This record gives sequence, structure tokens and C-alpha cells, in this order.
Amino acid sequence: MNVEAVKDLLYKMADDQLVLGHRNSEWTGFGPLLEEDIAFSSMAQDKVGQSWQLYKILNEMGESDPDTVAFMRNADQFHNSQFVELPNGEYDFSLIRHFLFDTAELLRFQFLSESSFEALALLARKIKGETKYHSMHANIWVKQLGSATEESILRLQSSLNEALPYALGLFEESKFEDELISEGVFKGEAVLKEAWIGEITKIINQSALELPNLSSIEPVLGGRNGVHTEYLQPMLDEMSEVFKVDPTADW
Amino acid sequence: MTITEDEIKVWLDEVKDPEIPVLSLNDLGVITNIDINPSGKVVVNMTPTFAGCPAMDVMQQDVVDVLTKRGIEDKEVIVSFENPWNSNKITEKGRKALAEFGLASPPKHNMVVDIDIIERVDCPQCGSDNTEMKTPFGPTLCRSIHRCNSCGESFEQFKPV
Repeated sequence: MNVEAVKDLLYKMADDQLVLGHRNSEWTGFGPLLEEDIAFSSMAQDKVGQSWQLYKILNEMGESDPDTVAFMRNADQFHNSQFVELPNGEYDFSLIRHFLFDTAELLRFQFLSESSFEALALLARKIKGETKYHSMHANIWVKQLGSATEESILRLQSSLNEALPYALGLFEESKFEDELISEGVFKGEAVLKEAWIGEITKIINQSALELPNLSSIEPVLGGRNGVHTEYLQPMLDEMSEVFKVDPTADW
Repeated sequence: MTITEDEIKVWLDEVKDPEIPVLSLNDLGVITNIDINPSGKVVVNMTPTFAGCPAMDVMQQDVVDVLTKRGIEDKEVIVSFENPWNSNKITEKGRKALAEFGLASPPKHNMVVDIDIIERVDCPQCGSDNTEMKTPFGPTLCRSIHRCNSCGESFEQFKPV
């Protein structure tokens, strides 16, 4: 097994979960209705917990402990896609990001549940069951608000158009793509992207929304190699504030 | 005096899920193996209900504490995903405890959980099946929120996973 390739895969997945988990937690206390407040808070807890489990596998492969990895790196050391670090915006943008990201996430963990890397396969089998609830939640709301009023349709459509170039950046290929595929660790970003397009098309077709022609959209790349927007560093500063004041703080 | 795996299992009955204090870890189904090495070392394996379950550290420590209290010095409590939890692992006794706590039990499933399974739940208050899901997320990661159209009460379900 190519250890560097597997570490690269684990880091980008863990960083996606941690950063989006933190963004989701920013809805706590601000949700447009109580159920949505609880939903985004629960998904935050799931995602941060899942990131911790992924960092733990990295730890067993010789990387630093999960807390140090999560709290002590700067933005240029993070491998998350730029999509997950963008500010929450209004609820329509958060919902569309939740839908586009979690559809990909569920498929990714479904693929990884058959990974030749046993530790990751075991974790993926666990996570895919939990993530199903996230995906189900997103699908219900996109279908409902995507066919409700003129305003809700317009808002979701404009968020969808805004989000897609970043969402396509989720599938930025790593330099280890061939190794991961040939060793049976992961089916690869290209296969994931095709499956994702199929799934999001299926849901969007059940609403009044329109999926733009994806082949004419330029994906926003760079996140997997530490290139980030101006929004990531301030988020990390806030997230790690307590840890940096007192690394032994507990509750 | 020699102890057995079965005795240790009985001891663990006193360890409850901190979020659902009527449910023991045995009945929740998160204790996956108990083993006594030839050297006498006790090894307990357990697995979380949800990967991000914040109560896991507490439960792990509670198991260690029970073993310590019973005079077991050489011990290890391992948390892993090798034998992953699913909601079918909650025992019949556990299901009764959930009902008494006011929580609907997760329906047994064939490992394919879809929206129909989640929405199909009887009211723990009046037993009616005329209920609707309000949200798949609740006050803890493992619960969803529902409303009964017969008695008008809201209730929570331990989610099928």
C-alpha cells in the first residue's frame, strides 16, 4: 500500500468534514426554524466526530494526535476543498452546499466501505449509515423549497449557480489517483464525480430547479493543495482559540 | 477465585448510556466482546452507536471504573469499528427500557434504512401508528423527532441505523 497516497486521501476527507462541520455549527442558535437549528447542529457533531475518527487513523499511521492536527495547522496546511470553507451565507446557500456536499460524501463513503485499506473500510461502513440521514434531510428540503414559492425557487437556483464551480472542486484529482485506484483503496474522483452528477440530477429533476450544463463550468481547484480563500484562516483562528489558550482544556 | 466472561458481562449491566440512563451498555448492544487472557488480563471491546458520539469517552471510562471496583487490575477497554453497531443490536430488554423512558424503539430492519423505515413508527404514549416525522435530527445524534396525530403528543425515536 502506498502510505503517502492513503494519507493524502485521509487528510482531504478529514479536513472537509472538520471545516464543514464547523460551518454547520455556526447555525446553532441561528437556524430559520428550530428543527433546522437542531439538524445543522447534529450534522456538525456528526461531521466533526467523523473527522476525529479519520485523524485517528492518520495518527495510527504516524501523524500527530487528532487535536494537534485539527487545531495547530494554518490554512495553507489544510487539504479541504474551498467549497466547505465558504461562509454560510443565507440559509439557501447553506442548504444547497449541504445537498451538493453530502450527496458526494455519502457516495464517497459507500465506495470506501469496499476499500482494500481495512481501517478505512470499517469506518466507512459505519459512517455511510449516519450520512444517509444527512443526505435524506438535504433531499427533502431541496425538493420542497425547490418547488415552493417564486422566491424560494429563485433563491435556491441562484445559490446553486453560485455553488457549482466550488462543488466541482470537491473532485480535484490528487497526484496519487492512479495508485489509489490500482491498489483498490478508492475508486477515484472521476468515478465519484460521475455518480454524484447522477444523484444530484435525480433530485433536482424532482423540483423546479434547473441544473446548468456542468461541462461548461470551470471548477474552482487548489484546496486539496493548500490553496484557500480568505475565509479559511479566520475560521481556523476562531475554531482553535480555546485550544491555543489552554491545550488541556476539557469539558 | 477465577472470574468468567459471563460474570463480567453481568457487572457491566450497571453501566448505563449517559444520554439514556435507563439503558445498559449490554442492552444497547455496544459491548462487542469480553475476553480473559490466559495471564488473567480482562479485555473488553466496545463500539460507538455513532462515530461522533460524545458519550463514548464517558462510557469507556465507566467500563474501566466498574472493572476497577471489582478488583480487576490488569484490564483494557478497546473502542473500535470492527464489529460495528446497528440499531438491530438493541436487545428486547433494551427496547422495553426505551419504551418506559418514553422513546420509540428503532424498527428492526434488513440493513437497508430508507425514509419509509424512519417514518414508520408507533407512538410510545398511546401506541397509535398514525404518526409523522418532524425531523430526522433530535436532542442527541441517535434520536429523531415525531408527532402523534392520534394523541397529539410529540415524541422521540431512537433512530434506525
